[in-house]
Amino acid sequence: MLDKIRPALIITSRELRDQLRDWRIVFPITVLTLFFPFLANFTTRQILGFVQKYGANLLADRFIPFLLMIVGFFPISISLVIALESFAGETERRSIEPLLSSPLTDGQLYLGKLLASLLTPLIASYLGMIVYLIGIYRTTSWRAEPMFIVLIILLTTVQALVMVSGAVVISTQTTSVRAANLLASFIIIPVALLIQVESVMMLWADYRVLWWVVLAQVILVGLLVRMGITHLNREELLGHELDTLNLRWMWKVFRVQFIGSAHSVWDWYRREIPLTLRRMLIPIGWMTLLLVAATYLGAIQVNDLGVSPGTFGLDRLKIIDTQILKQFRQFGFFSAGNVLTIWWHNLRAVSIAVILGTFTLGVAGALVLMLPMVIIGFFTGAASLTGLSTLTVLSAFTLPHGLLEIPAIILSGAAILQVGASLVTPYQRQTIGEGLVSSITDWAKITLALVIPLFLGAAFLEVFISPQLMVRLLGGG
Amino acid sequence: MIHTEYLSKKFNDFLAVDQVNLDVKSGEVLALLGPNGAGKTTTLRMLTSVLRPTMGSAHVAGYDVVTQAAEVRASVGILTEQHGLYGRMNAEEYLDFFGQIYHMEAATRRKRTNELLEQYGLAGERKRRIGEYSKGMRQKLALARALFHNPPVLLMDEPTSAMDPESARLVRDAIHGLRSANRAIIICTHNLPEAEELADKIAIIHQGRIIISGEVKELKTQLLGSPQFEIRLGTTIDDIDHALPDVVTQTGQGPDWLRYQTENPMLANPLVIQSFVKNDIPIVGLSEVPRSLEKVYLQAINTIEDDDRSAERVGHSPSGGEDQHAG
Repeated sequence: MLDKIRPALIITSRELRDQLRDWRIVFPITVLTLFFPFLANFTTRQILGFVQKYGANLLADRFIPFLLMIVGFFPISISLVIALESFAGETERRSIEPLLSSPLTDGQLYLGKLLASLLTPLIASYLGMIVYLIGIYRTTSWRAEPMFIVLIILLTTVQALVMVSGAVVISTQTTSVRAANLLASFIIIPVALLIQVESVMMLWADYRVLWWVVLAQVILVGLLVRMGITHLNREELLGHELDTLNLRWMWKVFRVQFIGSAHSVWDWYRREIPLTLRRMLIPIGWMTLLLVAATYLGAIQVNDLGVSPGTFGLDRLKIIDTQILKQFRQFGFFSAGNVLTIWWHNLRAVSIAVILGTFTLGVAGALVLMLPMVIIGFFTGAASLTGLSTLTVLSAFTLPHGLLEIPAIILSGAAILQVGASLVTPYQRQTIGEGLVSSITDWAKITLALVIPLFLGAAFLEVFISPQLMVRLLGGG
Repeated sequence: MIHTEYLSKKFNDFLAVDQVNLDVKSGEVLALLGPNGAGKTTTLRMLTSVLRPTMGSAHVAGYDVVTQAAEVRASVGILTEQHGLYGRMNAEEYLDFFGQIYHMEAATRRKRTNELLEQYGLAGERKRRIGEYSKGMRQKLALARALFHNPPVLLMDEPTSAMDPESARLVRDAIHGLRSANRAIIICTHNLPEAEELADKIAIIHQGRIIISGEVKELKTQLLGSPQFEIRLGTTIDDIDHALPDVVTQTGQGPDWLRYQTENPMLANPLVIQSFVKNDIPIVGLSEVPRSLEKVYLQAINTIEDDDRSAERVGHSPSGGEDQHAG
């Protein structure tokens, strides 16, 4: 094991030596480690003095941990710059080629550079926090809880890991530091937003949420590391056309894979769509599981939130009668126009899922599609409090349109997940571009061939049949 | 030592290397010639297991470039076109770093560092930052790096490109010194005199294909015809009435010289001399007319471009041609 790690440590050691010879890294790190904690300490004392004058001691208590988090964050922000320089800089200067021609494995190179990008900023961050804590203790006698210290250390460490692993992914897709810096906004903006959320939680003293934030970031790091190792390969790094958007090539790959060997639309449905579905079996399985989990999660929220039968007027479901069909008609049901409205609404929801999925490796896309099932689960759970059978309520809410709509959601979500998975899965014979275009083609095929028609059918059923079935099931009319 | 069969590499829909066959034995130096973008660097990268071939196979030092990539990389020393040194390190640290990556013992690394820095005249600069080195010094250090683990295969991509004549000479001399019975070398260059000076064999690559290959002498004969000789006389030609023997073909004439071509100089040259001596015509000198590799190169490139144009005219693909075996 150590033999496998040793080459990575050789890379780390060289990079660290290089960093410590670069004043552009040494100077800000020193300032942020030594000067900023004193400044934060001074600021804290001033604020404490000010708020205590007005008896707002609670605010003072919240401000100290908040500034501790900020003191820890500033030095780690440099890890992003170091990582971008370490990977994209070496590619740009071509000093990476002798390394790629050496017996180092891709994983060793990745690990070596990851450690090198993390160590200096993290050490500086820990030192900064120690300096701040000592200063605060000496001036205010404030002492942090051990678990809080663990939380802050973990939060700082995973944040640095997110930035570095994200920077590696960016660096592998660029051939210059300039391009990498431009793409770095994909890391800077989400991290800035996250810091704001964390700051609010710190001031709110809701540390439970921060533990969830740590967990979410650990999962994200896992995905980014996998993605980084997948794409930090010799072939990708020495690619000449990484920065070039080759639309012609993309269209060619898309077209060839979209049509496949089909000779007609019928042939395409008969041969290509089953093949595509077979390729998507795993994401289809995952999406099905996620929708079941979403329904269950929605249902158990009823207990967690203490919902009673009268909360949403659901007790009135029991007295549902045929009169309600008139009300449905007033809402626009039983009209062709509403079919198009519902169809368009569903397509829009899927489009939002696709857009969100693009930036989150498919995760946010799947979450958006899970949301309706959470709501259905919740209302089913709430309605069952009135004494109605869960199955009856679930059927009333989802049948018969759900028979088409739920498969459409599963297929759509699976295709989005597959696009995300294509970015984090290594392909022996495909580059990241080829993998991505292939998965997008699969998504387009499934959407065009199945999702859009299924949603149209579902919208028709939802407008003309579902309300009647609902009345029958719930009201018996 | 280096053997490839139908080695090909495709980037998206661009065929960078097309069915290249190479065979370089121990002790041989092969110059891979070709214009920019011909596929030289891509070929070298496949031979160092940096790029994965799309088709075909390659064995380097007995190892397969796809399935035994680590062994291949350990057996190859590569001098890249851009040397890619670390400017903040000194030469000693730099070589030691690569020695560690190649799993060399500390004592061996120290010994090798001293040897190579001494050999390339960098011993006095060993503690100076590489960023302060001249271009020639950097190239020599990069060469020392490529040789540090004493590899049986050495691949050099444009070893003297963009160098001043003096530095280029230093590097060429260094490459001369690398010839060894146990080492196979490939040099990629478009510097033709350099290739002629350093290589035993050449292969010309054009649009990813090896269009011609072999020993320099053979190629000259193949593309430019039989060797030409020039005989200089001690009198003007107008004053003499002399015909050359039938075994040669006259190709040119000046006031006091004649040029002729022969397929068999060993037989023809004594006959030519004999015929002049017999007629008491004084001979000042006899020498082979130098034919540069540049002519061979241009001839080869022109021929293939003409072929491609004709193929296009009759509606055939220009790249469906025969495969040449280099080496």
